[in-house]
Amino acid sequence: MEYIRAFIVGGLICVIGQIILDTTKLTPAHILVTFLTAGVILGGIGLYEPLVKFAGAGATVPILGFGYSLAQGAIEGAKSNGVIGAFTGGITATAGGIAAAIIFGYIMSLVFKPKTKN
Amino acid sequence: MENMTNKEYQKYAEKKVPKPTYFKNMLMAFLVGGIICTFGQFIRNLLFKSGLDEKAVAGGTAIILVFLGALLTGLGVYDKIGKIGGAGAAIPITGFSNAIVSPAMEHRTEGLIFGVASKMFIIAGPVLVYGVTSSVLVGILYLLLTKGR
Repeated sequence: MEYIRAFIVGGLICVIGQIILDTTKLTPAHILVTFLTAGVILGGIGLYEPLVKFAGAGATVPILGFGYSLAQGAIEGAKSNGVIGAFTGGITATAGGIAAAIIFGYIMSLVFKPKTKN
Repeated sequence: MENMTNKEYQKYAEKKVPKPTYFKNMLMAFLVGGIICTFGQFIRNLLFKSGLDEKAVAGGTAIILVFLGALLTGLGVYDKIGKIGGAGAAIPITGFSNAIVSPAMEHRTEGLIFGVASKMFIIAGPVLVYGVTSSVLVGILYLLLTKGR
Protein backbone atom coordinates (compact mmCIF):
# COMPACT_ATOMS: atom_id res chain seq x y z
CA MET A 1 0.00 0.00 0.00
CA GLU A 2 2.76 2.47 0.88
CA TYR A 3 4.31 1.90 -2.54
CA ILE A 4 1.04 2.85 -4.20
CA ARG A 5 0.74 5.98 -2.06
CA ALA A 6 4.35 6.92 -2.89
CA PHE A 7 3.69 6.34 -6.59
CA ILE A 8 0.50 8.39 -6.74
CA VAL A 9 1.62 11.34 -4.60
CA GLY A 10 5.08 11.51 -6.21
CA GLY A 11 3.48 11.23 -9.65
CA LEU A 12 0.94 13.97 -8.93
CA ILE A 13 3.63 16.38 -7.70
CA CYS A 14 5.46 15.84 -11.00
CA VAL A 15 2.22 16.40 -12.95
CA ILE A 16 1.84 19.81 -11.28
CA GLY A 17 5.37 20.62 -12.44
CA GLN A 18 4.62 19.37 -15.95
CA ILE A 19 1.51 21.58 -16.19
CA ILE A 20 3.58 24.61 -15.15
CA LEU A 21 6.25 23.67 -17.74
CA ASP A 22 3.71 23.32 -20.55
CA THR A 23 1.57 26.37 -19.82
CA THR A 24 4.24 28.92 -18.88
CA LYS A 25 7.68 29.87 -20.19
CA LEU A 26 9.40 28.58 -17.07
CA THR A 27 12.27 26.11 -17.55
CA PRO A 28 12.97 22.97 -15.47
CA ALA A 29 15.57 25.03 -13.56
CA HIS A 30 12.87 27.54 -12.55
CA ILE A 31 10.65 24.65 -11.47
CA LEU A 32 13.44 23.18 -9.31
CA VAL A 33 14.02 26.50 -7.53
CA THR A 34 10.30 27.25 -7.15
CA PHE A 35 9.40 23.79 -5.87
CA LEU A 36 12.31 23.75 -3.44
CA THR A 37 11.31 27.14 -2.01
CA ALA A 38 7.68 26.02 -1.87
CA GLY A 39 8.84 22.96 0.08
CA VAL A 40 10.67 25.17 2.58
CA ILE A 41 7.57 27.34 3.07
CA LEU A 42 5.17 24.38 3.31
CA GLY A 43 7.57 22.65 5.70
CA GLY A 44 7.95 25.82 7.75
CA ILE A 45 4.22 26.23 8.32
CA GLY A 46 3.80 22.52 9.04
CA LEU A 47 1.72 21.62 5.98
CA TYR A 48 4.21 19.24 4.38
CA GLU A 49 4.77 16.89 7.29
CA PRO A 50 1.33 15.21 7.02
CA LEU A 51 2.08 14.51 3.35
CA VAL A 52 5.42 12.91 4.28
CA LYS A 53 3.64 10.74 6.87
CA PHE A 54 1.06 9.73 4.27
CA ALA A 55 3.20 9.21 1.17
CA GLY A 56 6.74 8.56 2.43
CA ALA A 57 9.15 8.75 -0.49
CA GLY A 58 6.34 10.13 -2.66
CA ALA A 59 6.73 13.33 -0.66
CA THR A 60 10.44 13.23 0.23
CA VAL A 61 11.95 12.28 -3.14
CA PRO A 62 10.55 15.24 -5.14
CA ILE A 63 12.60 18.42 -4.63
CA LEU A 64 9.73 19.73 -2.45
CA GLY A 65 10.88 17.17 0.12
CA PHE A 66 14.40 18.60 -0.01
CA GLY A 67 12.90 21.97 0.91
CA TYR A 68 10.88 20.34 3.66
CA SER A 69 14.07 18.81 5.14
CA LEU A 70 15.78 22.22 5.02
CA ALA A 71 12.90 23.89 6.89
CA GLN A 72 12.55 21.01 9.35
CA GLY A 73 16.28 21.14 10.11
CA ALA A 74 16.25 24.91 10.57
CA ILE A 75 13.32 24.71 13.02
CA GLU A 76 14.92 21.89 14.99
CA GLY A 77 18.20 23.81 15.06
CA ALA A 78 16.39 26.93 16.25
CA LYS A 79 14.70 24.92 19.01
CA SER A 80 17.96 23.64 20.44
CA ASN A 81 20.49 26.36 19.58
CA GLY A 82 18.53 29.54 18.88
CA VAL A 83 19.69 31.83 16.08
CA ILE A 84 22.86 29.83 15.47
CA GLY A 85 20.76 26.69 15.08
CA ALA A 86 18.50 28.47 12.60
CA PHE A 87 21.60 29.04 10.46
CA THR A 88 23.13 25.58 10.83
CA GLY A 89 20.03 23.37 10.99
CA GLY A 90 18.93 23.45 7.34
CA ILE A 91 22.22 22.47 5.74
CA THR A 92 22.95 19.97 8.51
CA ALA A 93 19.72 18.13 7.74
CA THR A 94 20.41 18.05 4.00
CA ALA A 95 24.20 17.66 4.12
CA GLY A 96 24.09 14.08 2.84
CA GLY A 97 22.28 14.96 -0.36
CA ILE A 98 24.35 18.08 -1.02
CA ALA A 99 27.68 16.34 -0.38
CA ALA A 100 26.61 13.40 -2.53
CA ALA A 101 25.58 15.69 -5.38
CA ILE A 102 28.93 17.50 -5.30
CA ILE A 103 31.21 14.47 -5.02
CA PHE A 104 29.32 12.22 -7.45
CA GLY A 105 28.87 15.14 -9.85
CA TYR A 106 32.61 15.70 -9.81
CA ILE A 107 33.50 12.03 -10.23
CA MET A 108 31.01 11.42 -13.05
CA SER A 109 32.25 14.41 -15.00
CA LEU A 110 35.77 13.00 -14.85
CA VAL A 111 34.78 9.42 -15.72
CA PHE A 112 32.26 10.02 -18.51
CA LYS A 113 32.44 12.02 -21.71
CA PRO A 114 29.24 13.85 -22.71
CA LYS A 115 27.35 12.15 -25.50
CA THR A 116 27.34 14.24 -28.66
CA LYS A 117 23.88 15.56 -29.29
CA ASN A 118 22.38 14.68 -32.63
CA MET B 1 5.26 34.60 -48.17
CA GLU B 2 7.32 37.69 -49.03
CA ASN B 3 4.37 40.06 -48.98
CA MET B 4 3.32 39.20 -45.46
CA THR B 5 3.01 41.96 -42.88
CA ASN B 6 4.53 41.45 -39.48
CA LYS B 7 1.19 40.60 -37.93
CA GLU B 8 0.36 38.09 -40.60
CA TYR B 9 3.73 36.50 -40.18
CA GLN B 10 3.27 36.27 -36.42
CA LYS B 11 -0.05 34.47 -36.90
CA TYR B 12 1.55 32.17 -39.43
CA ALA B 13 4.47 31.42 -37.09
CA GLU B 14 2.18 30.74 -34.15
CA LYS B 15 0.33 28.17 -36.20
CA LYS B 16 3.59 26.43 -37.03
CA VAL B 17 4.75 26.18 -33.39
CA PRO B 18 3.90 22.63 -32.36
CA LYS B 19 1.28 22.54 -29.64
CA PRO B 20 2.52 20.66 -26.60
CA THR B 21 0.70 17.40 -26.14
CA TYR B 22 -0.60 18.28 -22.69
CA PHE B 23 -2.29 15.06 -21.76
CA LYS B 24 0.49 12.77 -22.89
CA ASN B 25 3.09 14.94 -21.14
CA MET B 26 1.11 14.85 -17.90
CA LEU B 27 0.67 11.10 -18.09
CA MET B 28 4.38 10.50 -18.72
CA ALA B 29 5.38 12.91 -15.93
CA PHE B 30 3.02 11.04 -13.60
CA LEU B 31 4.40 7.62 -14.54
CA VAL B 32 8.11 8.52 -14.53
CA GLY B 33 7.85 10.62 -11.34
CA GLY B 34 5.77 7.92 -9.70
CA ILE B 35 8.22 5.17 -10.59
CA ILE B 36 11.20 7.14 -9.25
CA CYS B 37 9.34 7.82 -5.97
CA THR B 38 8.29 4.19 -5.66
CA PHE B 39 11.91 3.18 -6.07
CA GLY B 40 12.78 5.77 -3.41
CA GLN B 41 10.24 4.14 -1.12
CA PHE B 42 11.93 0.79 -1.73
CA ILE B 43 15.30 2.22 -0.64
CA ARG B 44 13.63 3.92 2.35
CA ASN B 45 12.15 0.63 3.51
CA LEU B 46 15.47 -1.16 3.09
CA LEU B 47 17.25 1.46 5.21
CA PHE B 48 14.53 1.42 7.87
CA LYS B 49 14.87 -2.36 8.05
CA SER B 50 18.59 -2.04 8.70
CA GLY B 51 17.71 -0.16 11.89
CA LEU B 52 18.53 3.45 10.94
CA ASP B 53 16.50 6.32 12.42
CA GLU B 54 14.31 8.68 10.40
CA LYS B 55 17.06 11.26 9.83
CA ALA B 56 19.64 8.72 8.71
CA VAL B 57 17.09 7.11 6.40
CA ALA B 58 16.21 10.46 4.80
CA GLY B 59 19.90 11.26 4.30
CA GLY B 60 20.74 7.77 3.05
CA THR B 61 17.87 7.72 0.57
CA ALA B 62 18.94 11.12 -0.77
CA ILE B 63 22.57 9.98 -1.13
CA ILE B 64 21.65 6.76 -2.98
CA LEU B 65 19.19 8.48 -5.34
CA VAL B 66 21.65 11.29 -6.04
CA PHE B 67 24.30 8.68 -6.86
CA LEU B 68 21.98 6.82 -9.21
CA GLY B 69 20.89 10.08 -10.87
CA ALA B 70 24.54 11.05 -11.35
CA LEU B 71 25.52 7.63 -12.71
CA LEU B 72 22.59 7.49 -15.15
CA THR B 73 23.44 11.03 -16.29
CA GLY B 74 27.05 10.01 -16.87
CA LEU B 75 25.91 7.00 -18.90
CA GLY B 76 23.62 9.25 -20.96
CA VAL B 77 20.52 7.39 -19.79
CA TYR B 78 18.99 10.12 -17.63
CA ASP B 79 18.69 12.53 -20.54
CA LYS B 80 16.58 9.91 -22.31
CA ILE B 81 14.41 9.46 -19.21
CA GLY B 82 14.09 13.24 -19.12
CA LYS B 83 12.90 13.39 -22.72
CA ILE B 84 10.18 10.89 -21.92
CA GLY B 85 9.23 12.03 -18.44
CA GLY B 86 9.70 15.80 -18.56
CA ALA B 87 8.97 17.18 -15.10
CA GLY B 88 8.62 13.59 -13.88
CA ALA B 89 12.38 13.25 -14.31
CA ALA B 90 13.30 16.82 -13.33
CA ILE B 91 11.47 17.20 -10.02
CA PRO B 92 12.68 14.12 -8.08
CA ILE B 93 16.06 14.52 -6.38
CA THR B 94 17.60 12.44 -9.18
CA GLY B 95 16.76 15.41 -11.43
CA PHE B 96 18.65 17.73 -9.08
CA SER B 97 21.58 15.36 -9.42
CA ASN B 98 21.20 15.45 -13.21
CA ALA B 99 21.19 19.26 -13.11
CA ILE B 100 24.61 19.12 -11.43
CA VAL B 101 26.31 16.37 -13.43
CA SER B 102 25.09 17.42 -16.86
CA PRO B 103 26.71 20.91 -16.99
CA ALA B 104 29.78 19.60 -15.13
CA MET B 105 30.36 17.04 -17.89
CA GLU B 106 29.61 19.47 -20.68
CA HIS B 107 32.12 22.05 -19.45
CA ARG B 108 34.83 19.51 -18.63
CA THR B 109 37.01 20.89 -21.44
CA GLU B 110 37.17 24.28 -19.69
CA GLY B 111 39.20 22.71 -16.91
CA LEU B 112 38.70 21.24 -13.47
CA ILE B 113 38.17 24.51 -11.64
CA PHE B 114 36.34 26.92 -13.95
CA GLY B 115 34.85 24.11 -16.00
CA VAL B 116 33.70 21.22 -13.84
CA ALA B 117 33.70 22.71 -10.35
CA SER B 118 32.22 26.04 -11.34
CA LYS B 119 29.67 24.99 -13.97
CA MET B 120 28.20 22.18 -11.86
CA PHE B 121 26.43 24.91 -9.87
CA ILE B 122 24.76 26.64 -12.81
CA ILE B 123 21.38 25.25 -11.68
CA ALA B 124 22.27 23.81 -8.28
CA GLY B 125 23.63 27.20 -7.19
CA PRO B 126 20.29 29.03 -7.41
CA VAL B 127 18.59 26.03 -5.84
CA LEU B 128 20.94 26.19 -2.84
CA VAL B 129 20.78 29.99 -2.60
CA TYR B 130 17.00 30.03 -2.36
CA GLY B 131 16.80 26.86 -0.28
CA VAL B 132 19.34 27.92 2.33
CA THR B 133 18.10 31.51 2.50
CA SER B 134 14.48 30.52 2.98
CA SER B 135 15.35 27.82 5.53
CA VAL B 136 17.33 30.26 7.68
CA LEU B 137 14.39 32.68 7.48
CA VAL B 138 12.04 29.89 8.55
CA GLY B 139 14.25 29.13 11.56
CA ILE B 140 14.44 32.79 12.60
CA LEU B 141 10.70 33.31 12.09
CA TYR B 142 10.10 30.26 14.25
CA LEU B 143 12.19 31.83 17.03
CA LEU B 144 10.38 35.17 16.76
CA LEU B 145 6.95 33.57 16.82
CA THR B 146 7.61 31.15 19.69
CA LYS B 147 9.42 33.73 21.86
CA GLY B 148 6.42 36.00 21.63
CA ARG B 149 4.26 33.41 23.31
